[in-house]
Amino acid sequence: MALLEVKNLQARVEDKEILRGLSLAVNAGEVHAIMGPNGSGKSTLSYVLAGKSDYEVTGGTATLEGEDLLSLEPDERAAKGLFLAFQYPIEIPGVASMTFFRTAVNAVRKKRGDEELSTPDFLRFVREKAKELNIDQDMLKRPVNVGFSGGEKKRNEILQMALLEPKMCVLDETDSGLDIDALKIVAEGVNRLRAKNRGFLVITHYQRLLDHIVPDVVHVMAKGKIVRTGGPELAHELEAKGYAAYDNAA
Amino acid sequence: MPAVQETVDRVKSIGVDQYKYGFETKIEVEKAPKGLDESTVRFISAKKNEPEWMLEWRLEAFRRWKTMQEPLWARVRFNPIDYQDLYYFAAPKNAPGPKSLEEVDPQILETYKKLGISLHEQEILAGVSEENRAYSKVAVDAVFDSVSVVTTFKEELKKAGVLFMSISEAIREHPDLVRKYLGSVVPITDNFFATLNSAVFSDGSFVYVPKGVRCPMELSTYFRINEKQTGQFERTLIIADEGAYVSYLEGCTAPSRDENQLHAAVVELVALDNAEIKYSTVQNWYPGDAKGKGGVYNFVTKRGDCRGNGSKISWTQVETGSAITWKYPSCILRGDNSQGEFYSIAISNGHQQVDSGTKMIHLGKNTSSRIISKGIAAGVSQNTYRGQVSAHRKASNARNFTNCDSLLIGDKCGAHTTPYIEAKNSSAVFEHEATTSKISDEMLFYCRQRGLSAEEAVALVVNGFVKDVLQHLPMEFAVEAQKLIAISLEGSVG
Repeated sequence: MALLEVKNLQARVEDKEILRGLSLAVNAGEVHAIMGPNGSGKSTLSYVLAGKSDYEVTGGTATLEGEDLLSLEPDERAAKGLFLAFQYPIEIPGVASMTFFRTAVNAVRKKRGDEELSTPDFLRFVREKAKELNIDQDMLKRPVNVGFSGGEKKRNEILQMALLEPKMCVLDETDSGLDIDALKIVAEGVNRLRAKNRGFLVITHYQRLLDHIVPDVVHVMAKGKIVRTGGPELAHELEAKGYAAYDNAA
Repeated sequence: MPAVQETVDRVKSIGVDQYKYGFETKIEVEKAPKGLDESTVRFISAKKNEPEWMLEWRLEAFRRWKTMQEPLWARVRFNPIDYQDLYYFAAPKNAPGPKSLEEVDPQILETYKKLGISLHEQEILAGVSEENRAYSKVAVDAVFDSVSVVTTFKEELKKAGVLFMSISEAIREHPDLVRKYLGSVVPITDNFFATLNSAVFSDGSFVYVPKGVRCPMELSTYFRINEKQTGQFERTLIIADEGAYVSYLEGCTAPSRDENQLHAAVVELVALDNAEIKYSTVQNWYPGDAKGKGGVYNFVTKRGDCRGNGSKISWTQVETGSAITWKYPSCILRGDNSQGEFYSIAISNGHQQVDSGTKMIHLGKNTSSRIISKGIAAGVSQNTYRGQVSAHRKASNARNFTNCDSLLIGDKCGAHTTPYIEAKNSSAVFEHEATTSKISDEMLFYCRQRGLSAEEAVALVVNGFVKDVLQHLPMEFAVEAQKLIAISLEGSVG
């Protein structure tokens, strides 16, 4: 059984069909990349998997470890182990990052039936993970994402990923808006989280992120479907030839 | 942050549309005849054994009131109030006035216990550890319908020279002080509701802190409306003499009823040279049901007079209850170098209507004021901040900073900001900042993707929004207020 299994998924926003029968399967321990032109529905896929209410699923299934995801609330999906690193992380004024992390970690632990972490244990846990990601202690005191640079926001997403210990991580254009140094730090963070029991779905427009997070499988998405699947070399081919060939593929 | 978790647990443990304090105490009461005329005023005054001057004062107010009209400028809508269809005085039988705890009707003590207010001095003392004792002790004046039923820690306060008692008692025992200050901040001619209060006020608290004394504990009044169709008209007068300091807190609740209850209070604060008064309110009157039926009409006049040089008055309020809130705790900055502060959280949900804010009237030289207002609107409620900042032509170097933020939850509520700024002195510096934001679906989704339920997400965002104000409340009350905020917003997201 695949960790994440998506079959013939169809979804729309208002009256617009965006996902038109998308299928893929990610096994534990694998990193899959999804590449595709703008407007192919890459971000929609990540939102539909995470349960954003603007999207209406009109057909197909998505399961995590065999369990139906689509009938669950977004927070229940998070508790089951689905994590989405946002392309544009949201700012929450007045709420210190540390408070946010603690509320999230304990909410998830509670739903998973684990004990909540004590304050000292939690602080130790966050500091250790933050250090690994080169995140300044000072950032933890600032309100969530408020006034963060693009790089800080993305590192903050990866830090949350590390804290919540998900099974399946979806990264939505995590490379957008990052310079090469920031990209490297983020990619290192992700690589450190790669594990036998964890899967990744890395959504990106450009191949450069995949130089640093080397995928096992590369999918090409166009017009709401996976139109081609291959190994890491497929990313290089796309980089060289562009997406033009896929614009009319679906 | 455990407080957030606690908030969330609390929210979960109660059902939607449930006002925790909605119970009623069955108790025998003595009421004035329904309706309002001169004989009602005489009845109240006689019940309280008031001196002649007090009766005259009331009657003058009553005559004045008959010529006045309800103010219509606030952004609130309500059916006409029939002032003849109300009881203006209701007192628990067997309770002619404040007395020792042993004599108070056990049912009333039980009521306050249910509300989480302990009136037993021993209990309060037993509940805290030795080192915290001085800080955790709170003297309480409990006002039940129209009368004060008990005031705790009176003896201990007396040792420090602080007078803390019901206003009825003060009128009898300290007439000179009351005559000197009553109506000196909010005159009987002030406004429709204040004038009505002046005629029929039934009880309330009186505080006098003598020269150079720092009041050794928090003072608090807890107001409870219990009787049906009964207006509550309390009157509070606090005087801090030269160099004195006092921190005072009021709390309010009422049973859930279908009809609207009227509450028209007046609070007057006087701070003499270098004195400081900190006045905090956690207002949680019954807000009405989910359809907008019932709830308290809260028409309140609160004003502080920084009469002395270097004096300071600080208002902090958390407004969560009432069907209608009409309330503008204000500061008159009369003394040179005096300071006024207003920190407010006003929450409206369901069909509640809030029109609240402050006035900072700069009269003395080098006066400064600060306004931090946080309005949160949910449901189909309307939430208005109305503020006035003015500098008299002689008020050189007046300074004001105003920050006025509104948060909208959902798309059927409204937030409005109406600031009046008037500087007649060219050296005045007035700053005004205002923002309106919405708990967006994006923000909620982000939080929920991290494992927070919708309620947890709202509580987290709201707590972040009101943090600047909460930190001005005394510690114990800040935690209470945080819980209250979460409960008030229960069911605001679907």
